[in-house]
Amino acid sequence: MSSADDVVLEVRDLRTRFGAAHGGIVAVDGLTLQLRRGCTTALVGESGSGKSATALSIMRLIDPPGAIIGGSVRYDGRDLLSLDEIAMRHVRGARIGMIFQDPLTSLNPALSIGGQIAETILAHETVQRGVALQRAVALLERVGIDHAASRAADYPHHFSGGMRQRVLIATAIACNPEIIIADEPTTALDVTVQAKVLRLLHDLQQEMQASLLLITHDLGVVATMADDVAVMYAGRIVEYADVDSIFHRPRHPYTQALLGCMAGIEDDRQAPLEPIAGAPPDLRALPPGCRFAPRCTQALGSCQQQEPALQRLSATHHAACLRLDAMVDG
Amino acid sequence: MAEPLLDVRALSKRFAGSGDGVFAVKEASFTLQRGETMGLVGESGCGKSTLARLLLNLIIPDQGSVVIDGTVFTGAPRRAQRKLRRRVQIVFQDALSSLNPRMTVGVNIAEPMRLQGLGTATERRAAVRALLDLVGLRAGDSERYPHEFSGGQCQRIAIARALILRPDIVVFDEAVSALDVSIRAQILRLMLDLQQRFGLAYLFISHDLGVVRRVSDRIAVMYLGRIVELGPAEELCRAPLHPYTAALLRAIPIADPRRMRVNDLGLTEGEAARPDKRMPGCAFQPRCAQRLPRCAHEPPALATLSTGRSVACFLHSSADHSTGLTRSDVP
Repeated sequence: MSSADDVVLEVRDLRTRFGAAHGGIVAVDGLTLQLRRGCTTALVGESGSGKSATALSIMRLIDPPGAIIGGSVRYDGRDLLSLDEIAMRHVRGARIGMIFQDPLTSLNPALSIGGQIAETILAHETVQRGVALQRAVALLERVGIDHAASRAADYPHHFSGGMRQRVLIATAIACNPEIIIADEPTTALDVTVQAKVLRLLHDLQQEMQASLLLITHDLGVVATMADDVAVMYAGRIVEYADVDSIFHRPRHPYTQALLGCMAGIEDDRQAPLEPIAGAPPDLRALPPGCRFAPRCTQALGSCQQQEPALQRLSATHHAACLRLDAMVDG
Repeated sequence: MAEPLLDVRALSKRFAGSGDGVFAVKEASFTLQRGETMGLVGESGCGKSTLARLLLNLIIPDQGSVVIDGTVFTGAPRRAQRKLRRRVQIVFQDALSSLNPRMTVGVNIAEPMRLQGLGTATERRAAVRALLDLVGLRAGDSERYPHEFSGGQCQRIAIARALILRPDIVVFDEAVSALDVSIRAQILRLMLDLQQRFGLAYLFISHDLGVVRRVSDRIAVMYLGRIVELGPAEELCRAPLHPYTAALLRAIPIADPRRMRVNDLGLTEGEAARPDKRMPGCAFQPRCAQRLPRCAHEPPALATLSTGRSVACFLHSSADHSTGLTRSDVP
């Protein structure tokens, strides 16, 4: 998508399996993605498309018997997938911060929030506990918690959902990471609270010049936040482009259909509701050829025989569709 | 206008709790005409689901009443209540958990009919078959169990069950909120088709103003237990009167990067107070950028303006001016 020097992290041909080698499913199947410095990449798709599995794979948090079964994650001159666990721990939480959807379950209910943030700092840096606690207060202030010094002693249940998400953001940025991965960070929040959390994430990311990998199913959030967008379907990226191209020149029939659904729902009462027929495939019984072909209104005969690869359409636009291959070749 | 199909009159419900308890719904009034869709929008804890349960008589209001086609539903004698219950049905957010996992889909759908003592087993089976076809499932699906179906299909089953008593009114309580975009559009289309076909009236409850706007003729906006604005869907979204409605609209991210980026999102001060907090004035006032001195002391009532739109806000109160203009018009 861009010159090599602004690429902070590069995922190549990532394959991740959930469950055992026999009977498991391949949740991410050959995913390639680059995160650029100071930019936001949105990973968008419907449930089960492999968005969260991608995030967990980058952080190497796949529980056995599930496993990462192929590919590489290049960061800082190394492949994260080949690091030993101790080296990985220095990356996870410090170089790459992570924010999950549900802040209540990702916070420790028995520890004050100041204590939790300090613990993250202490896990990665050799500073005194008092210093770490002071930094925790400063971080809480930075994410917009009023009376941070006194609120640092409060426990997660004392905070509203939106405030908890701010606490989680403070934890994620505690060690000044180069990359922030946020998995549906505002999905559980009310829309007025979501707006503020999105703005906060954006401001922090700009200030720190961090790369943000934003995982969401919400096309509105994608349009307002992203620089680059990767659209996932059934474990694969089907289209990968700059945000303007995704919304104004989508080339993959799935992206087009998804935007069509949204326009019908959100924009125009008179516009017809155009659902995508059917449902995403069962990853245990994938259709032959293109995974979207059974639901695609533009499918060719060959779509059911051949799985399309991501094709470069321009410097910033890639899509995986056989119809485009025909155009590129011709 | 004809007598409304549904007339909700000043419903209030308080749940016990510390101090004065929690006012979940306070003096909520609206009407619903045959074939009409009323959208009910608000954020979590605003009381919209409690209002739905009050409508269905699943919980008893402290005050106020629900009148269906001229007959009082609230507190009616058991037999009358049972008959009225056929006329209002509900579809919940989580379709799978609203279905009985140990009953087949067919038995699930037929259950309301059986409980009402309607039809023979054969008649019920025929009704189930017709409904499965209507909601886009196969007749053979009646022998399968809910867990064998996807979220969208379960919602189709729940809609079939809601329709088997041939109701006049269906309440959808966040019925499409858990569904993916492509499936959501399928279910919305099904709902609109069924409404056209049977002249159903819908109460469509959601936190998502975008979806509410798409399906509703009129919209009621709730904030901390009260309806703060009510009006025709398009006008309400195009020119909101209540500052809270305006705040909601500004906070919705638009799926078009040329029209909106993150810095264009409207930010509203604070968060909704806890509903158990006593507030003498307007509940939105602590977050409102346009608050007046009196807002902190007096709660504004929902008043109908000369335009026919209703709003509970002193910026638009008829005492100041009667046309529902903006604040700058106030002398």
